[in-house]
This record gives sequence, structure tokens and C-alpha cells, in this order.
Amino acid sequence: MINGNKETIAQLANEGKRLDGRSLTEFRQPIEIETDISWTAEGSAKVRIGETVIMAGVKLSIEKPYNDTPNEGGIMINAELTPLSSEEYESGPPGMKSIELARVTDRGIREAKAIDMKKLCITPGEKAWFVIVDIITINDAGNLFDAAGLAVLTALKAARFPVVDPETGAIDYKQKTKVSLPLSKEPLPITVYKINGKLVVDPTNEEENASEARLTVASDSKGTISAMQKGGEDSLTIDEISEMVDLATEKSAFLREQINKVLKK
Amino acid sequence: MSSILVQDKSVVVPGEILAEGMDYLPGDNTYRENDKIYSKVLGLGYPAGRVIKVTPLAGPYVPKPGDKIIGKIIDIAFSGWRVNTSTAYSAMMNVKDATSRFIKKEEDLSKIMAIGDHVVVKITNVTSQNLIDLTMKEPGLYKISGGRLITIDSQKVPRVIGKKGSMISQIKEKTGCNITVGQNGVIWLKGSPEGELLAEKAIKLIEQRSHQEGLTDKIEKFLEENKVPLPERKSNGSDLKESEGNEYAEETEEGGQ
Repeated sequence: MINGNKETIAQLANEGKRLDGRSLTEFRQPIEIETDISWTAEGSAKVRIGETVIMAGVKLSIEKPYNDTPNEGGIMINAELTPLSSEEYESGPPGMKSIELARVTDRGIREAKAIDMKKLCITPGEKAWFVIVDIITINDAGNLFDAAGLAVLTALKAARFPVVDPETGAIDYKQKTKVSLPLSKEPLPITVYKINGKLVVDPTNEEENASEARLTVASDSKGTISAMQKGGEDSLTIDEISEMVDLATEKSAFLREQINKVLKK
Repeated sequence: MSSILVQDKSVVVPGEILAEGMDYLPGDNTYRENDKIYSKVLGLGYPAGRVIKVTPLAGPYVPKPGDKIIGKIIDIAFSGWRVNTSTAYSAMMNVKDATSRFIKKEEDLSKIMAIGDHVVVKITNVTSQNLIDLTMKEPGLYKISGGRLITIDSQKVPRVIGKKGSMISQIKEKTGCNITVGQNGVIWLKGSPEGELLAEKAIKLIEQRSHQEGLTDKIEKFLEENKVPLPERKSNGSDLKESEGNEYAEETEEGGQ
């Protein structure tokens, strides 16, 4: 792909401008969130931020708990960067980018203790619910981290337990109960990019390529930070990090509002 | 006996019968089977006299000698540069085609053009093996600096330029941008940030609505509604480039049977 706007992006960032006319801390429009897009998943969501489109699905299954946590369930998040979403991605074993995407999203939710794992336990040491989340990219036009975080949290909130036969213990995935996941917090990751020393949110692909460093901050509705991930080659100063954290908590509140708007309907 | 079954500028699908009878000839993107002419692609049908041709709605760029394109330097070889042309094949630009200056034997070629630089070049030759030769030694061919590059489908390039360059000169005028359109669908814009943004939006609008009639008027309206302050400067250098755009006007594209 021809991609030569690096210098112009850096120059414009210095003036507080961007290629597409947004301000540095403005998200792309439209932000669309759609839930229950899949019949087979217990919870699912499709999120669009500008031209970036991403889907997340939640499956629930009963497994044997891990030996070190016999009275807890578990969560697994997996991401797939499909070849249809960008010319950069190939099918095959997951690459660095998709592993990072899955791990960053996973850590934001896991370390916030958003899901009460103890409530997922059915019989200690024998049976517990496991939450399996799959992230699938439809179109990568930049800022996959935030879009994935948004899609996963929405899918978790929309998920309903399937009906379990009390005698045989078999799960009937075709019927759903009204019980939702024990979700106590709503952590959302926001990634702040540093371009020419300026802090930018919701970058396009071109802006991602032009950035020197990035910091993903996952925070819940009270502003408690649950996870952070730094990427890119350049370093960040203490002042920059605290500025990034402030910006990220502000923007995560903005995105959380968007989810609640959709789920209230 | 013979009849044309397709209306001018109507959308046709692959396998659609465009004309019956031996009085008509199959043009671009069509084929004859028995006495019928069929379309090969999804596009717009153009019956022009006895020749029926179809302009595809989308498709890859096929390099042609004489085309002005925008490419990216991807490698520096022993005596020249390898250029990504946004086609399936990369091109080679020899040192003697890049500059008229004398290049010493051990001179560092990356000082002239480095990997990652973008250049406006002209295709001089395409061999049967699809090896592409480029030149930069003509007026209007240069190395790009600043501004922004956007990519559109190469099939829409004639619409972006318009009849006799009417569309592109209108955008240039209303946005105050210098615009260079490569036949491979890469477009370079340089002006004020607001002007560049408006020009980019206008070009994307053309790409979206390229199959519609009266596009020039629609774009004029769009540009009027979203006016940007024009930088005060006398048009001197840009006139040269405008006249060059005319070469690729829609009419010449269509008349090339």
C-alpha cells in the first residue's frame, strides 16, 4: 500500500490538527454498537468506530476448574485478525499483533476483577463456568485495541447463561436463561498514541504508523486503572504518562456511555 | 437483424448480452460468442458507433507506456531504484532516467531518493514479461515532499480528472490545492490542511458516485457548501500541471479504441 503521509501527520499534530480534520482527542464517528448479532453465542457484539469494524462473541461452557483455584471459574480471550480486515494480515497461526490484542483486552478485564470468578463455580474442584471470548476483526482502519475492548465488554454485558438440565447436567445452548454474567465493573481500554510529542486518541492506520509510542490504559467507571500496556519504540516521560492516563479515563467514560445507551433500549 | 441491447451508461453484469448480430464489434471488456456480444465484467456499457465497450466499475491498474503514475521507492539497486507502482509488478528506474545530473561512480544513491520516498514518474516501457521501465526526466515529474497521498480505484481516475480536466481543475480552484493524479489511482494533494481535507472528501465522493450522471455539477455544489478560505497566491506554477491533466481526460480515455 502506498503510505506516505508520515511527515504531514507529524507536522499537523504539532499544530493540533489531523489529516481527517478531527481534533487530537476526538473519536471518529459513527460509533455504532450492536448486540446479539449471533444466534449461537451466549453474548455477542459488533462495534464500529469510524471505518474500523470488530465483532466479539462470548461462549459459556462448564469445565473442571484449575487445580490452584478449585472454587473459581475462568475467562479466556482470543483474537483473530482476519485477512479480510487488512492486507497486512494472513491466515495461519496467530501473530504478534493478534496475541497482543487478545492479551491487552484480557488483562483489562481480568485484573479489574470485573467478573466475580467465585460466582462462576458450580461444584468446587469439579465444575465451574468458563467464559470464552473470541474477537474477530472485520475491518482494520486503526485503533483495534479500543474497538476490541468495547466489543468484548458489550458482549459480556449482553451475555446470558444457557439452560442447564438439573438432572443430567447437559447444557442446552438453544435456550437462554435471563441470568447475566456476574459483572461488577466495566473496564474499558483506551489507547493514547504519541505523535510528534502530541497525544492523540483513536488513530487511523496512517496515524498508527506515524506514531512514536502508545499506551493502553484500561480503567473502570470509577477511574480505577486495571491494566496498562506500552508499545512503540519511543520513550514516555512521567508527565506524558499521567496526561495519557487522564485522557484515557476521560475517553473510557465517553465510550462506556455509548454502551449503556445501546443496552438500555 | 442486428440490434444493440444495452443502453448508454447502463450497468451491465458479466455474461449479459450487449448486442446481437455481426454488425457490431466487441470492444474493451467484452467478448463475442456466436453472433452475440457479452460483457466480461461488472461495469457501465458504452455503445459507441459499431463498437460496444464496457468500463469496469472496479479493477486493478494495468501499466501502460506513457502513463504518469505515483510510486514509492522500495529498494536501491546497483544503478537505480526499484519502485512500487501499486500494480502486481514493481518497476525499475535507472539512474540515467532519474536525473540529468552527473552521478559519480561511488555516489550514495539514497541521497537522491531514499527508500520510502514517493515520486511522480512516467512509464516508458512495459515488456511482455511485465518488467516496467520508468523515467523522471520530463517536466512535471518529480520527487514528492509534504502534502498528502490518497489512493482510489484506478478505474475511477478518468472521472476524477473529468472531461478535458474539468473536474480536477474545479477541485484545484475551489480548494487551492495542487493536485497530481497518477493513473495508478494514487493522488497527491498539497495545499492548506483544510483545503487538502476538502479535496480528499470531494475525490472520495467522485469515487463513490462515479457511475452517476452530472457528477461535475454535484461536486461543484459540494465544494460550494463546504468552502474553505483560499490561500492568497498567484497561480503561476500550477497552471503547468493543470494542462498536463488534460492528457488523461475522459474523452481521450474513451476514444482510445
